[in-house]
Amino acid sequence: MSTVAHTSAPIETQWSLPYKGQVGMLALIAAESAIFTIFVVAYIFYIGKSLFGPTPREVLELPIFASICLLSSSLTIHAAGGALRKASLGAFRLWWFVTLALGSIFLIATGREWYHLIYEKGLTISTNLFGTTYYSLVGLHAFHVTVGLIGLFTILLLALFGKIHQEHSKNVDTFAMYWHFVDVVWIVVFTVVYIIGR
Amino acid sequence: MSTESIALTAVHQPSRPFGVVLHSWVTTVDHKRLGILYILYAVLFLVIGGVEATIMRIQLIVPHNHFVSPQFFNQMFTMHGTTMIFFVAMPMVFGFGNYLVPLMIGARDMAFPRVNAWSFWLTAFGGFLLYFSFVGGYGLYGAGAAPDVGWFAYAPLTAKVFSLGHSTDFWTLGLLVAGFGSIGAAVNFVATIFCLRCPGMTLGKMPLLVWLDLVMAVLVILAVSPLTAAQVMLALDRFLGAHFFDTQAGGSAVLWMHFFWIFGHPEVYVLVIPCFGFASEIIPVFSRKPIFGYPIMVAASVAIAFISMSVWAHHMFTVGMNSYGNTFFAMTTMAISVPTGIKIFNWLGTMWGGKLIFKTPMLFCIAFLFQFLIAGLTGIMLSAAPFNWQLSASYFVVAHFHYVIVGAILITIFAAFYYWFPKMTGRFYNETLGKVHFWLFVIGFHLTFDFMHIPGLLGMPRRIYTYEPGRGWEIWNLIVTIGVFFQIAGTLVFVGNLLYSMFKGRPAGNDPWDAWTLEWSASSPPPEYNFASIPIVNSRRPLWDIKHPEDPDWQYE
Repeated sequence: MSTVAHTSAPIETQWSLPYKGQVGMLALIAAESAIFTIFVVAYIFYIGKSLFGPTPREVLELPIFASICLLSSSLTIHAAGGALRKASLGAFRLWWFVTLALGSIFLIATGREWYHLIYEKGLTISTNLFGTTYYSLVGLHAFHVTVGLIGLFTILLLALFGKIHQEHSKNVDTFAMYWHFVDVVWIVVFTVVYIIGR
Repeated sequence: MSTESIALTAVHQPSRPFGVVLHSWVTTVDHKRLGILYILYAVLFLVIGGVEATIMRIQLIVPHNHFVSPQFFNQMFTMHGTTMIFFVAMPMVFGFGNYLVPLMIGARDMAFPRVNAWSFWLTAFGGFLLYFSFVGGYGLYGAGAAPDVGWFAYAPLTAKVFSLGHSTDFWTLGLLVAGFGSIGAAVNFVATIFCLRCPGMTLGKMPLLVWLDLVMAVLVILAVSPLTAAQVMLALDRFLGAHFFDTQAGGSAVLWMHFFWIFGHPEVYVLVIPCFGFASEIIPVFSRKPIFGYPIMVAASVAIAFISMSVWAHHMFTVGMNSYGNTFFAMTTMAISVPTGIKIFNWLGTMWGGKLIFKTPMLFCIAFLFQFLIAGLTGIMLSAAPFNWQLSASYFVVAHFHYVIVGAILITIFAAFYYWFPKMTGRFYNETLGKVHFWLFVIGFHLTFDFMHIPGLLGMPRRIYTYEPGRGWEIWNLIVTIGVFFQIAGTLVFVGNLLYSMFKGRPAGNDPWDAWTLEWSASSPPPEYNFASIPIVNSRRPLWDIKHPEDPDWQYE
């Protein structure tokens, strides 16, 4: 019930509010940024404070190729979103698949790097402060990449089964915001871990 | 306008078997039911946390007492603090927010109803996980143990070597899980308030409680997330042998302090800001005047949230920062009292010249004004670093923050209970019992927490298990403990009143207080869909406009 409807007051003719998915995603990204900030602060605070080796300079190599893959996946997901808005579903599926492939390459590269560090260099999370902060910060990011890949894969499956159409582009764009965020975080992590910290 | 629709009653449903009712509550995604679940859950833990406080006060009633063991005493203060902050105060304000925000903005539910249910059950599970430590603290071999590291769990107390068994694991995992629930709820509040307002309700026309819940949600997002990150680090330390807070391997105990208080101080404002919202809704209605200085109230709330992010290290003056750090955090802490003072003047300005009606909710709000003022004054005293060096970690500090948490937060939560009880149940509480509760509780509160300042000034440290006679602390501790029993009596009257009134209370109708916000236009209790047709509003007091078409608010706003 409730009856606040009729009144002779000047009602604004236009009443449009932002899309709740995007606002919710922005709020989630704000929370995630706060979490990453704390991990980045811990990383910077502990640079050079390890009591034992190995040090970053001895064991870390710049993951240039993986970084290029991840960052360019931001462009491909943007292209996918644009294709969906124009209702060209084939292009959408293609770009979406490329995004998934680029993200997967990044995750595989991280896995190979960790394998190298653990089995060849003997660096684990409990070796020293560098290991502690490195695995937790890079691992937190890799966890977010993994969640993103699961989302990308799910949407790709839905698209292949013909469940994604032009009217879903707002939802798809909301997911793309998350993926862009994961990429931006990598720029920060790369700078802190591989440039400042090394 | 149509008074007959304001007087409509809820549809009578045939009674259903208990299993069906229980199933419908467990699987609900309705914001009103989830709000009530949050509130009931918080009341359950309020009783548990109150029992823990009572055990501590009985232990301290006389010197050299042996009511409980020292180990158990440590568990009690840890669990009391953790419970009251994370599993009483937060679910309580989330519960009222969940129930009221969609109704106040003319929406049919929160933005993400299933995320809402998910958040509640995470919070609930976190609390149960924490309390499982009583049976599972050392594994399941037999005697369990609750966490005993204090509610801020300073390193290196939480290190594996100093905290054997799993009690600290339960603490960190319980708070981690509950933290995810809080963040989910906050994201939901932000999306709801920005995207689901009914036509005409611009940001400047939202009820103040909605504004303050928005500010609270933003603070949760910015403040609880760091705690979540720190809890992940602590869990990595304890489970995987990482060294974040392990001083033996070069880790820093002070870093944990910073991370904890970056959460810890804004958390106070997470709790008190929605309570400002309760006061801002109740005081105008019982003064028969619109709120004084609405835009300034909003600005002051946002300013409080902003400044509260930069005051955390005033909890750490005794740790030893340089003079710049001390000066900065003393200044910001004093600065935050300016917008807070503005708010107190605005509430007084609302009452000034009003036609005051001293119903129970209003009495609690008036007590809030006095007590919050005193809490703020001792806060300014403690913000002066040299004074803080003398009194940090003494009972003076304990008295100060209980003045905020009980004297301001719990008191306004009681006010909110009485004010919205007719809306939630469709029945009035008993006014006489409400006033008995008020006087018992306020007398008990002042006996306990006024006199608790004095042993603090005389040098009594917090968290001590017992004390020597002859230091001048005995009489004060005795009075403090006597006050506790007044508070217990008041709380029992409160619970009894609500339980009795839920079934036997006088029917309240839709708008028992002649109030002005949208929730009072729905039936009591509101139907699942809240509003049959989405309302359109033109001012901050839409129901005033309906009741007084000859003199509507929108002509002046």
